Amino acid sequence: MTLPGSFFRDRFGLDDQRLGDALDTALERRVDYADLFFEYTAQDSVVLEEGIVKSGDRHLEQGVGVRAQVGERQGYAHADEVSVEALQIAARTARAISADPGAGGRAAVATGAAQRDLYPVARPPTDVDVAQKISLVEAIDRYARSRDPRIVEVMASCVCQHRSVLVIGSDGTQAEDIRPLVRLNVQVIAQRGARREVGYQGCGGRSGFESLLEPARWQGLVDEAVRTALLNLEAEPCPAGSMTVVLGPGWPGILLHEAIGHGLEGDFNRKETSAFSGRLGERVAAPGVTVVDDGTLPGRRGSLNVDDEGTPSQRTVLIEDGILRCYLQDRLNARLLGMAPTGNGRRESYAHLPMPRMTNTFMLAGQDDPADILRSVDRGIYAVNFGGGQVDITSGKFVFSASEAYRIEGGRIGAPLKGATLIGNGPDVLLRVSRIGSDLELDRGVGTCGKDGQSVPVGVGLPTLRIDDLTVGGTEG
Amino acid sequence: MSDLRSAAQQALASARAAGASAADAVVVESDSLETRVRGEEIDFVKQARERKLGIRALVRGAGGTRSAITSTSDLSETAVRAIAAEAVALARATAEDPAAGLPEDGFVDPDVLPELALGDAADRGAGVEAHIDAARRAERAARAVDPRITNSEGSEASSSFSRIVYANSAGFLGEYDAASHALSASPIARANGSMQRDYWITAARSLAGLESPEAVGRRAAERALRRLGARKVATCDVPVIFDPLTAASLWRQVAGLVSGYAVYRGTSFLAGKLGLRIASDAVQLVDDACRPGGLGSRPFDGEGLPSRQTAVIERGRLASYLLDTYSARKVGGRSTGSATRSASSAPGVGATNLGLAPGSASQDEIIADTRRGLLVTELIGMGFNPVTGDYSRGAAGLWIENGAIAFPVEEITIAANFADMLTGIDAIGSDLLWLSRVGSPSVRVARMTVAGG
Repeated sequence: MTLPGSFFRDRFGLDDQRLGDALDTALERRVDYADLFFEYTAQDSVVLEEGIVKSGDRHLEQGVGVRAQVGERQGYAHADEVSVEALQIAARTARAISADPGAGGRAAVATGAAQRDLYPVARPPTDVDVAQKISLVEAIDRYARSRDPRIVEVMASCVCQHRSVLVIGSDGTQAEDIRPLVRLNVQVIAQRGARREVGYQGCGGRSGFESLLEPARWQGLVDEAVRTALLNLEAEPCPAGSMTVVLGPGWPGILLHEAIGHGLEGDFNRKETSAFSGRLGERVAAPGVTVVDDGTLPGRRGSLNVDDEGTPSQRTVLIEDGILRCYLQDRLNARLLGMAPTGNGRRESYAHLPMPRMTNTFMLAGQDDPADILRSVDRGIYAVNFGGGQVDITSGKFVFSASEAYRIEGGRIGAPLKGATLIGNGPDVLLRVSRIGSDLELDRGVGTCGKDGQSVPVGVGLPTLRIDDLTVGGTEG
Repeated sequence: MSDLRSAAQQALASARAAGASAADAVVVESDSLETRVRGEEIDFVKQARERKLGIRALVRGAGGTRSAITSTSDLSETAVRAIAAEAVALARATAEDPAAGLPEDGFVDPDVLPELALGDAADRGAGVEAHIDAARRAERAARAVDPRITNSEGSEASSSFSRIVYANSAGFLGEYDAASHALSASPIARANGSMQRDYWITAARSLAGLESPEAVGRRAAERALRRLGARKVATCDVPVIFDPLTAASLWRQVAGLVSGYAVYRGTSFLAGKLGLRIASDAVQLVDDACRPGGLGSRPFDGEGLPSRQTAVIERGRLASYLLDTYSARKVGGRSTGSATRSASSAPGVGATNLGLAPGSASQDEIIADTRRGLLVTELIGMGFNPVTGDYSRGAAGLWIENGAIAFPVEEITIAANFADMLTGIDAIGSDLLWLSRVGSPSVRVARMTVAGG
């Protein structure tokens, strides 16, 4: 393992003296905290449509962000030039947030101890020859078309990223992280007569490109996309109104992300703008419901060795047996709330300020047999796959849109239904959880979370779950 | 010659030297400033200068053209030469595509670009203090409206100044400057233990074009206050009025549906409907890249082709798709000058300033004409399938009984098929509003399913 920071020192000719000088410049007025964030990211992608890879792309992004904090104020400046001069200018800009001419204190930049590595790769995915990536999406195209004559179009893409970050803070924090990220997407269109339907699946995580080559993995992905598209050809209009909903395991965990997760982020709670503000210790979910955010799962899309402020990621219990236990914190909001950072300070890139964000958010398994849960429902819907979701933090109202769902009648799975949006109220939806399956699954590694214009990769997970009285936004009264 | 122009030309020369038969390059430089004030406190001040260069290398073969794109934020000669060579190598690994390549002709004359009022040089003088002041005034105005406005997510003021250079190996080299400014407020109203947030935003190419901070704060507060006490309604089928803000989202979806890429891929239910009736007769939808001061205006598109007006829907009929050179070749048409391009993305298609022509009735008159229904003021979620037109989104708004606003509603969904929504538009307001690149007046859809309790 390389020494922390050596990548950036070598690449940009930085040394402890120059890094220390930049921090000193940021600290020339009275500030509570200052940090430097360096980033170097390579990303490539290939996209296949109409049976061929028409184009490829590759992007290199590098830059530095300098931040100064005073109370709840933050000054931030970033530059895409990583030089001593650019660093000094950014540091002077950031410190302007403080009107007080005193000076901030700084601990010596400590050489960090060797860290754990949750996502070691033999070779960065962006170093793999593009021809191999093209071969993979071409194989996916052939395989998808061979599955069923009703599959009329296949789109497949492979995106690889390799990001190196270095954080240096005025409290002596020094952390480097090297983050691989790969993703494979397959979308197929099935046609029968004039009716066309789409099926989509994706997978990925923090691993090497090689992890995508496993035939069982990508073929399973294609099989799922094809199955969904063909199923949608038969789908009936979805009912509308309040009803019992059973969520399948895995990706439906997006429910937790929208209904609970965002509302527990430290910034909203510090500002008291969340429907969960001031509710620590209160019951917010049914007994048996335990929800965690865990950035330490090896190779997962939402995992981090350290967050973007250099805090090691951790497993945080948000809701324990139905009781709200903890918020997700970055440094600023933890300090202002008198709580500890939880390793959730994340940013999209050097061009963005960190904020409290989720990593991998999931509900722990319960005791119930998933088949029993379905049998327990006389009339309702069974939703097993979803597109995106969104939440209004303040009112607590959230939505997520089903892309694969079925009618449940008399305890049995019935006809497939057209996608519909489910809407609920975050602070009480988990109080109406009546059965929790024993089958916790994490998603396949495709989640991207947007907040305040910043996107970061995340994971979700859920066991089969029965929720009583959720509003289903179909068209059939 | 500016640094940016010479970087673009060096990129083209390097790509040609590395074996590209044709190439284009885009260079973008921007200075940005963003501030947020929450209550009386500054929340953050953020400043940056960024530069980025993107190259597309095209390699012609017997069966078509291969292409690839690379980009970097390092504009040094060495870096540009390296990514140009990389683009050519990457292109060689891709497949030949008969439709790929630069436009054959029709480039705008870069020395006689239209004057579109894309910025005011004097605005560069407005610094951090002026932005903080504007945000603070909006924040104070919001909090002054009513004692129930007790908190906020803050008010933001931002400015950015960009210079865009586009050059290609067919000899085109054009550049322009464009600015954008925005001011927004997001107050929170509280009553009886429940909270509601709403917002208002003003955006323009010049500071003079913005609404006053006081107007922004006041409007945002009024919107948050009217949501207090919101409740669900029973599931029913009713007319749904979209206010100008939410109606704009309908036209954004149309822009995606008429994109040449969605059309040739068959991922739009409007594919193959050119000339057919797709909306009610009153619908006139125009994309105008030349709208003076428009947030989507630019003197030429992402391929150097002239900006123009394109009627997308004329008296309810689908009059044109939006096309760039590639998608035009795929669907058998001509480019509508709708190419988008950024340093790190391939050419694509996008609307510029897409506006629905206003009708004659005020929003109040449309409400008075609605016996029972919903006025939608906010939509959440992404419940729209462009292949089938299935539409189902979370909504909040105001319930209408006997032609008058009765009470606020939330935690409901509205659903229908989008094709039926377009043909079911039976009223268009006179209240055309441009808050973004999409402008719309209020619009009433005759019937949708509202799901609630």
